[in-house]
Amino acid sequence: MEKKITIQATRFDPEKDRAPRLQTYEIPFSDQSMVVLDALNYIKAHVDGSLSYRWSCRMGICGSCGMMVNGTPKLTCNAFVRDYWPRPIVVNPLSNFPVVRDLVIDIEDFMRKLKSIKPWIIRKQDLPLGAGEHRQTTAQIDDFRQFSQCINCMLCYAACPVYGLNDEFLGPAAIALARRYNLDSRDQGTRERLPVIAHSEGIWECSFVGECSVVCPKGVDPAKAIQQTKLDTTMRFVLPYGNRE
Amino acid sequence: MDFESYDVLVVGGGLAGLRAAIAAVETNPRVKVGLVSKVYPMRSHTVSAEGGAAAVLRPEDSYETHAFDTIKGSDYLADQDVVEAFVREAPLEVIQMEHWGCPWNRDPDGKISARPFGGMTTWRTCFAADKTGFHMLHTVFQTSLKYPQIHRHDEAFVTKLLVEDGRCVGVVALDQRSGRFDAITAKAVILATGGAGRVYAFSTNGNICTGDGMALAYRAGVGLKDMEMVQFHPTGLPYTGILITEAVRGEGGYLTNKDGERFLKRYVPNKMELGPRDILSRAMTTEFEAGRGFEGPHGQYMHLDVRHLGEAVIDRKLPFMRELGREFVGIDIVTDPIPVRPVQHYMMGGVDVDIYGATSLSGLFAAGECANVGLNGGNRLGSNSLSECLVFGAAAGRAAAHHASSAGAAGANPVAALLKDEARRVEDAYLDKRGGEERIGVIREQLQKEMDAGAGVFRTRDGLGKLTRQIGELRERFERIKIEDSSRTFNTELTAALELDFMLEVADAITYSALAREESRGAHARRDFPERLDGEYLKHTIAHHTDELAPRLEYRDVHITNFKPQARSY
Repeated sequence: MEKKITIQATRFDPEKDRAPRLQTYEIPFSDQSMVVLDALNYIKAHVDGSLSYRWSCRMGICGSCGMMVNGTPKLTCNAFVRDYWPRPIVVNPLSNFPVVRDLVIDIEDFMRKLKSIKPWIIRKQDLPLGAGEHRQTTAQIDDFRQFSQCINCMLCYAACPVYGLNDEFLGPAAIALARRYNLDSRDQGTRERLPVIAHSEGIWECSFVGECSVVCPKGVDPAKAIQQTKLDTTMRFVLPYGNRE
Repeated sequence: MDFESYDVLVVGGGLAGLRAAIAAVETNPRVKVGLVSKVYPMRSHTVSAEGGAAAVLRPEDSYETHAFDTIKGSDYLADQDVVEAFVREAPLEVIQMEHWGCPWNRDPDGKISARPFGGMTTWRTCFAADKTGFHMLHTVFQTSLKYPQIHRHDEAFVTKLLVEDGRCVGVVALDQRSGRFDAITAKAVILATGGAGRVYAFSTNGNICTGDGMALAYRAGVGLKDMEMVQFHPTGLPYTGILITEAVRGEGGYLTNKDGERFLKRYVPNKMELGPRDILSRAMTTEFEAGRGFEGPHGQYMHLDVRHLGEAVIDRKLPFMRELGREFVGIDIVTDPIPVRPVQHYMMGGVDVDIYGATSLSGLFAAGECANVGLNGGNRLGSNSLSECLVFGAAAGRAAAHHASSAGAAGANPVAALLKDEARRVEDAYLDKRGGEERIGVIREQLQKEMDAGAGVFRTRDGLGKLTRQIGELRERFERIKIEDSSRTFNTELTAALELDFMLEVADAITYSALAREESRGAHARRDFPERLDGEYLKHTIAHHTDELAPRLEYRDVHITNFKPQARSY
């Protein structure tokens, strides 16, 4: 007998619906390699063309297919159906974000926050190209390497209870990326980023639940970035001449 | 009517598009740049590039060697003046990326490190572990945020180029969020929309790689060059097609068949695993046909073995491969061999452009995988494409900025009329088709399956001829599609239909170009014409759109400078 899997997906069309609802689909589960995203793609191709969601790379690096899978923020491209079957799989849009349509969330808030932390190398004087590269040791790269792995998938914001209550909170990914640049030996912009990061809605909001680091699919530890930044910022106030630049 | 209006409009937010946008504002800080992307830029397919970016940065290397490796790899279909310019610019661009913050792996002296790569005779592939594309894309995207002159239109899908009096004056874009059609005008437009790998079923390409820019230019009368040249990468994971980077072989991985034999000794004895992609893909396919592959639930595969490298090297240089093995195959590459098979990976063909990215249509430029500047010829060497996006993205950005400073603005009235026509066309062709019977997803899957079968690693006249007829039938069925989604808001069924329309155009150009090239060169391997025929085919194929199914094909001589064509042996 052919195996089946039940998928329940959030449907919401702002042109028609006042509230989101769940729609149930029963589809064949024929392949052990099938992921939740494959199931959604099967539904869209063969059952219901109107189901909307984002996806692209299908290899856990583009960051676009994040959704709540049975209540947990996941990249659906590596959430295997076999790990849920025979129980039904409930797929909702990522928590803590406004919903645009069905499983598509609005990430404009993050896009603004990303820009606000100035995620680029800031230097007093740019090195001319002809001077070659900045020298950097492997140990210096190791200082910021993990924070540079963020794929902007928003799983950490979906898991963050503080962001859930207060969307002014800068949030885990933006702080981790600020930390990434502050820790880069080529950068001299820590002081410029400080006003945004040390703002009351910045790091001090974090109550250190640590869920952001648990759900991160890339092994980034935003909770650590936040704690480090708290310490760093405090040291700047206590020791005004101790700046790294 | 008011339209958003720019000096330079970039379509596509991947590495080539973002590099072009920054180059335009750095050429002239007064230039106002628009950047339209159908996804948020950091979702672009550049993110999936793994192995590295080629550039001559080491004292033992030379421009001439990089040029010769590229030209030989291309099976002499590359334009040699283009290659020579490319190899000189690539190191500066890699250093520019370093200044912008790219976390390149480093040598003990702190300089940018390099690794060996297929078809490259020396270590010149600069890398950021095995997530080079990811790091480069995020670096250039985040850097682009510091330029107030760059205005983004995220998640807007371009359906048509606006052409007025023989020049490109902008685009019509569907804002996915609102469902509204907008005209965005510009003095110069740069297409940087990436590849079209999704016309195949088994591909490393992301869902978004549907050849949009190629089809937009093609329909506007610009030729598509060398579309028959489709690269198959030898090492993709079965079922998903996820790329296992060539860096795995660069770092010393072995390919073995089911007899435990390093079979490449029969095909590329002097290069073995560091042979070029086209030759390795054919070697693997030939081994499968002889029954020497492992049998799996998704067909035959080979083993790619890195166990002898040890955990420390793997974690420093191939950590993403370990992650992919764990998460998508359930193996640890430190202790288990990786199952791999050839998979569609890259389009050497694309919009016909010159060395500045200019097309035959005034005001229209193109760069990156959607363009064919003449760098890659019949087979692109691994790690040349990231560098290509930088070098020719920057060149197109500069050229477009210069063009914009001398071009006049588009007239508003014709643009209003053109916008209205296009919005009505999409309404009629798609949204009013609720009574249709054909599912987009089903036609798309059929197209992909037929492309795999008919225009794969090996081709024949019969297979390609059959494929042209199948694509014709799919186009007829496409006329009868059903759109179930009636919403304007984020209607992904509508965008999938627009993409499929583009994919059918691109598939057609690939197939007819391949049918006409009766020789074997680079990635184009004809079983019925196994020899390379320089007398007849040392030429670029240019496909022009027509109202018939078949494009009109023209040929153009390859530019030869210093490297006379010779037999390609490794």
